[in-house]
Order: sequence, then structure tokens, then C-alpha cells
Amino acid sequence: MNVTRRQFVKGGVAAFTVTFAAPEFLSDLARAQGAHVRNLVVLYLSGGNDSLSMLIPYNDPFYYSRRPTLAVPAGQVLQVGTDSSRVVLGLHPRLTGLKQIFDQGRLALIQRTGYPNQSRSHFTGTDIWSTADPNNAVGLGWVGRYLDSLPSPVDALVGWNTTASLPHVLQSAHTAVPAIASPSGYSFSSPNSGAEAAAERTTAVRIASHVPVDRPELAFVYGSTQGALATLDRVATVSTYNGSLTGAATYPANNGFAQALKAVAGAMVRGIGTRVFYVTTGGFDTHSGQNVVQTNGAYYNLMATLNDGLLTFYNDLRNQALLDDTLVLSFSEFGRRISENGSSGTDHGAASVMMAMGGRVNGGLYGTAPNLNTDPKNPTLENSAGDVTFETDFRSVYARVLDSWLGTDSVGLLGGNFRKTSLTFV
Amino acid sequence: MKAMPGRLTRRSDRRIEHLLRRAGFGARPDEIDYYGELSIPDAVDALIEYDQVGTDVDSLIGQPGFVGTTTRGVFSPQSVITDSRQRWLFRMVHSDRPLQEKMTLFWHNHFATGYTKIAGARGATEGARYLAAKASEDPGRVRGQIEMLRDNALGNFRDLLTNIAKDTAMLFWLDGVTNTKAKPQENFAREIMELFTMGVGHYTEPDVYAGARVFTGWNVQRIGSAADGSQHYEFVYNAAQHETTAKTFSFPIYADGNPTIPARAAAGGMQDGLDLINALAGNPNTGRYLATKIYRFFVSEVGPPDPDFVNRIASVYLQSGYDMKTVMREVLLSPQFWDTNNSFARYSWPVEYVVRALKDVGWAGFSVNDALTPLANMGQTLFEPPDVSGWRQGQAWFSTSAMLARMNFAAQLAKNQKFNLAARVKAAAAGQTPDTLLYFMQRELLTAPLDPSVTSELSSYLRATGAWTGSDAQLQTKASGLVHLLAGSSEYQFV
Repeated sequence: MNVTRRQFVKGGVAAFTVTFAAPEFLSDLARAQGAHVRNLVVLYLSGGNDSLSMLIPYNDPFYYSRRPTLAVPAGQVLQVGTDSSRVVLGLHPRLTGLKQIFDQGRLALIQRTGYPNQSRSHFTGTDIWSTADPNNAVGLGWVGRYLDSLPSPVDALVGWNTTASLPHVLQSAHTAVPAIASPSGYSFSSPNSGAEAAAERTTAVRIASHVPVDRPELAFVYGSTQGALATLDRVATVSTYNGSLTGAATYPANNGFAQALKAVAGAMVRGIGTRVFYVTTGGFDTHSGQNVVQTNGAYYNLMATLNDGLLTFYNDLRNQALLDDTLVLSFSEFGRRISENGSSGTDHGAASVMMAMGGRVNGGLYGTAPNLNTDPKNPTLENSAGDVTFETDFRSVYARVLDSWLGTDSVGLLGGNFRKTSLTFV
Repeated sequence: MKAMPGRLTRRSDRRIEHLLRRAGFGARPDEIDYYGELSIPDAVDALIEYDQVGTDVDSLIGQPGFVGTTTRGVFSPQSVITDSRQRWLFRMVHSDRPLQEKMTLFWHNHFATGYTKIAGARGATEGARYLAAKASEDPGRVRGQIEMLRDNALGNFRDLLTNIAKDTAMLFWLDGVTNTKAKPQENFAREIMELFTMGVGHYTEPDVYAGARVFTGWNVQRIGSAADGSQHYEFVYNAAQHETTAKTFSFPIYADGNPTIPARAAAGGMQDGLDLINALAGNPNTGRYLATKIYRFFVSEVGPPDPDFVNRIASVYLQSGYDMKTVMREVLLSPQFWDTNNSFARYSWPVEYVVRALKDVGWAGFSVNDALTPLANMGQTLFEPPDVSGWRQGQAWFSTSAMLARMNFAAQLAKNQKFNLAARVKAAAAGQTPDTLLYFMQRELLTAPLDPSVTSELSSYLRATGAWTGSDAQLQTKASGLVHLLAGSSEYQFV
């Protein structure tokens, strides 16, 4: 971008939409003048979240009869009201932070999201949610395709993946998204020091610039090397970020998910130009000993990790006046079987609940809850009333995010019109 | 042309190194010496008939001259997972049975089982024990999963399946221990069809439910004495928990095409599982699934798998009665394996990268313990695959942070070997000019072909910070810097 800082200031930065290729100073300056950017945080709940334990139809008698050891007693749920099918719902008792955010109207819960003939395989299922293509889930990720659609040059830090390896959802044809699990470990070592070390780094950067375009397999690795070297210095500025909160309210040290969100918030606060983030929290494949209700039970702890991470992130962003710039969108590869199994767990199921959180989110309950009646003809269930059947195609949720949040054309990126007018969560 | 100096052990025919990168973890100088004397078929034979090689690699751990390990108290690979990881890395560097270690890694990824869940269920000591103990070192004669895979590395695939279905770690990992008559547990039944044998698309959801019922009663029992430390879990068939009704599948179970396992009395119900395993081992889709996976691991990750290769290997698999030794001999002698287009056509796994770098750069004074954190940053911790489908491979290994971790490991190893490297350069009289050094190191660290623009940058680097003197100090600096850049290059990441 061939403009000087002074020209921009004269023109009034706030009038401009901040673009991806914007130099770093512009982001800071524009933000100071009230311009908004649109950050997307994709959250993957790995393993297949048992959403019936997260958003609970606590007056459904079948919920209790089908889950004798796993059901949360009605008196313990955090009530969030009634959906459009007049089912009363409550959040898992450990989700007190999400309840606050819900009460502030900044958390949307989109029920029964899925797709036809939902895969019960972790791997195929994750591929499908990642590509938004149930028929051929081997292509690029839906967020990766979005990044590819941005006008070039795309900044090397446009995306930030907080896990060590590239998730399918971020796989793109042209945009290498850096994987930065920990900003403090993201630095360049050398066997030497001083001028010698600097010469090695200079050489590495120069070599990485000779991308062998006629050898695509090799060029891919060059892209990773280039991406790493181009982002080191900016990432280093994030490693010192500790959040705006103190004491017990700050990012819990023993919660890896919260620590990843701290880095995300740091990247936003430092204004290093990143717009798309990927975070994950795992352990949702609860085949046995799910222990939903017991303090420190397996699922209880999953909810604790999720709740504490998201609440801290939310409060931190609010303090930093970044909440309105941020949308968190969650997914999981499938929900789980309605009836508990013999090991006090649940097996792989079908439709699940997606979450959207952020300062511009229209919170509330979207879609309708399943009726858990075991009648095989129950239209909200499938697989002989064993699993929850989908009501909202997950691609309709993606379409809303692409169209209304990222300001692009979902039809082109998703390969079809999945828009659903009732999905007004953002 | 003026003769360039080079390590005498490096041979002009470098095909043997291709074989050792794929069927092993690269080549130590003594491996190049040994295999380089053999014809290609004889070298393949030597790799495959590893039972003839008697050396017990584990007895070398802690001996001078070999890569180091770091102990906290007594080295306990049978009960401390960090030590289990060190032992396996040591074997990868020093075993004279490289194909056995390579196949063990292949099976570890294929039957991917993670330590954390087992340790969570049974404690850290037992977690390491059920994965990595050798029967000879365990008071209860427990043979951990990786030792079972190692013993069967080129064995019969049906035996592998049967052993894995009875494996203690697997029974905890995929919840077989909770598979009961009243509530069949689907986890193992699904993965044995989806990931271990036929692959997705060749079974149905009802097959998964039927499979869960088949394996009801395949469980563990606790035996032995707490006093002498022999107490442990091991496989037991619990007839009282077996679901005895007939089970019908969408694919043939018996040779006559019959897809139904008959109702059986509980006492004989274990045969259900053996019948299903037999059917899965013999299903043509299993042959194709394994052949495809073998192609990706041993031949190439570039482009789609060669259909001729997949067809031939799948049919050898079936005709040999699932004998992996026969299969692998066919693989390593196949025209696809030796096609020069398939040289450096696979993205190295982190452990392959680390072990090959140790063999190429040197290991004296280095502890494999110091590779464990770098390996985690590269995305591969042994005994901790991300899930039962194993590690995401190919380009998925190369996130920016993983690539940075590889470059940083190259820096760490180069720094550790700084003095050894300079001594090696001097011994080979390769330090006269920057270009003799570059030529020497390019031969020591074989990469996918380097573009002239890259060699030109490396040459400029060697000239960058001052006039060339060839002094010891300069060789220490520049040889280590060059090794850092070469081992950290994109081209070196391929095997």
C-alpha cells in the first residue's frame, strides 16, 4: 500500500474500512478514531460435543428416562428461557459465565445444526464441517476459501491458528495461515550469535523468497518457512500481553484454551493485523464416564474450561473496546446419542448446537430443541429416535457469518445458496 | 574437474540412501558402508530378513559412542513414558533393524493409541507399561502395545488385528473395557472397520452396532500380586457379558458370502470376534486400504496413488494370506519405489526428520531427551497421536510453527555439534574455501535438489561476515551455520 501515514491522517482514517493489507500503524490509528474491523474466531469443540448436556431441555421427561446417570436435575440448570417451539431450556450449571453473556444478549445458541445423513465418524465429520461440503469433504476449508478470496497481497498474519498443526477449516490454496501455539516460543534460533546469527536469518529469508513455483510440493514448505519468518517480529509483540484483567478474573494459567484466547486478544490489542483466528478445546468424545453433573466430572470440567476461557476473553475484549469487532463461532463434528450407553457415556450422534458470541451478536435461542420421545416417528429425531436430526443446515450458519459479518458472498464461497432469513444472530 | 573432498563412506550411487530413508530413518556412515556393498535386491533382503540380525539395540543405551539419553533416577522405559520415548528414538538412530522400527512406527500410526487417556484411566506408570514395557523387564510379564507391534512388525496382518483387539492399552483407549451385553460400546467396532481395515464408505452404521455386539465380553481382568509388582490388567473373554444373538453385516463374513455371524452360546462367543476379524482381514477393501496407506508412507505423497501399485500390493496382500513380509518385499522391489520421480516425494514426519538429522549431522554429546520438546513443537509426540486416526501427514506437518520448530531443531543440533562438525570438515580437508565447505556439507546432508539460486545464497552466506581463513573458529561458526540452514531448508524436509 503506497500511502504515507500523513496522507491517511489528513484524509481521516475512520472513514476508511480497514483492509487486510493495511499497514500496522493504520490499524492502531483507525481503531483510535473509532473504525471497526471484523475479527472472526472459529472455535472447534473436538470429539463431538454432547450438546444435550450443554443446552438442556430440562422439562422433557425422556431426557431423564434416557439418561438415568447423566441427566442434570432440573433444579440445577441455568435457565435461559423458552425457544420458539415452547421448550424450556437451561445451560449446564458450570456455564455461569456464558449465562451472563447470554443475559447481556451477546450469546446466540443455534439448536439442531447439522446436515442430511450426518456422518458419525470423527474424521469424516470434521472434514465435512471444515469444508462445508458433505459430498466431497477433501477440498479446502471454508475459512481457507474465504482467505483465498481476499484481494492480494494478503498479509502473512491475516490468520492465526493457535494449534500446532493446520486445521482443515483453514486449509487454503494461497494463504499460509501461521500456526502459533505459543507466541513466546515463536522465535528464530541460531547456533551462533550476533552478526553470524543475523547472517543466517538473512540468508533464510532470502532463500525463502526463491519459491520454486514449478515444484508445488516443495513450494508449500517454502510458504510455511516464508510465513514463519515474515511474522516472527510482530508475534513477539503479543507474547508480553497479559490481558486487562487481574487476579482471579484473568486468563487461568492451567487452562490451555484460555491461554490460546489470551494470545488472540493480545493479537487484537496489539493490532498486528490478524483477522481470523482458530482455537480449539478437546476431550468431548465422552464414550464413558461422562460425569455431567459431578463437580470435576469429565463433562463438568469440559464446561469449566469452555466457560472460563470464553468469559475471560469476553470481559477482556470489553475492557479493550474490541468486543464489537469480534465474533466467536463454535462447531463440533457431531452431537451425541440421546440415550446413555452402558459406560455412563454417550456414543456418536448427529445434530448439535452451535454458539455465536460477540458484541454485535443478537443473542438468544435460535431454532428448536429436539423432542426426546423415543417414538421412531418423532420428526425431531432420526436413527430410530436414537439421534437428534438437524433442523438448520450448518452451512446456513456459515452463510450468515460470511454475508453479514465478513461482508462477502456466501453463495460463491459455499457453492450454493444456504441463506436462511430467520438466522439473524449477527 | 578438480576432485572435491568428501567423506569416503558416501558413495556415488545414492539409491541406497533412498532405500534407507524410506525403509529406515536415514543412514549412519556404518549403514552406508554395510548396505552400500550390497546389490539393491540383497539390500532389500537384508532389511526384510531382520530376524537374522542379532544385536539387541537396547543393550547399547547408555554406552559411549551412541546418542545419549537423560535419566531422572533409573532409566525406566517400561514405566515412565518420557523414557519410553527416549528408548524408541534411540532405537531409530542405532538399531541395525531399521525396517523393524519403521514398520513399528507405521503400525503405531495405524493403530494409533494415546498415552494420556490410558494414564488418565490407570495412572502414569501403568499408562507407560501397557504401551511400552517389554515382557522381559516387567514383573508381570506385560508386553506393551508397541512391543507387540514391534514383534509383529512384518508379521501377519490378521494376527496384528487379533492382538490389537486383545491389547490392554487398546481396550482402555477405545473403551472395550466398558463394552457389555446390556450396553454395547461402539468405539472399537467403528474404528476397526473405519481406520484399521476397510476404510470409510465400506461399512454401514448398522455394521457398527453389530460389531459392538460382536466384541461384547472382550475385556480385561486384573491378575498377579500387588506385593511383587506383577499385578496388571490383561485380556480376558468374559462370557457372562457376551451378547449371544446373531449379527448380520453388509459385507460377507464367511467364505461362502454369508454375512451373518450365527447365534452362539456365550461360552463360545469369543469366536464371533475372531470371525469378524478374519472377515475384515480378508475383505478386498482392506487390501486396497493398506496398499494405499503403504504407497503414501513408502513410495510417494505427490499426486494420487499409482493404481497399478495399489492393485498389485492389494492382491499380494490377499494371496499371501496377509503376510506383511511378502507385501513389503514387493513394495521395496516395486518399480514405483525405485522410480526417480518418487525420490524425495514424501514429506518427512518429525521423528524421521530428527533421527535423519542426527545420523547426518552427528550425535556425540547429544541426548534424545533434548529432541522431545522440539518434536512436540513439530507436531509429533510418540505414544501420543492426536486421535485414533493417527497423525495428519503430508502438508499438514508443515504449519509455520512446525516449520519454525524444525528450523530451530536444526539450530539446536548444529550448535550442539559445532566442534564435531568443524573437526569433520578438517579431517576431510573440506575447509579450504567456502565452496569446498558447501560441497562437502551438501553431500553430508542430502536434500531434494537445491535450485542454483539457493546454493548461491548459501555460498554468499559463507562469505558474508568476513574474509575466508579456514581457521578452527571460522569453521565452527560457518559449518554449524551452514548445517542450520541446510537441515532447516525446505528441501531437507523431504525423504
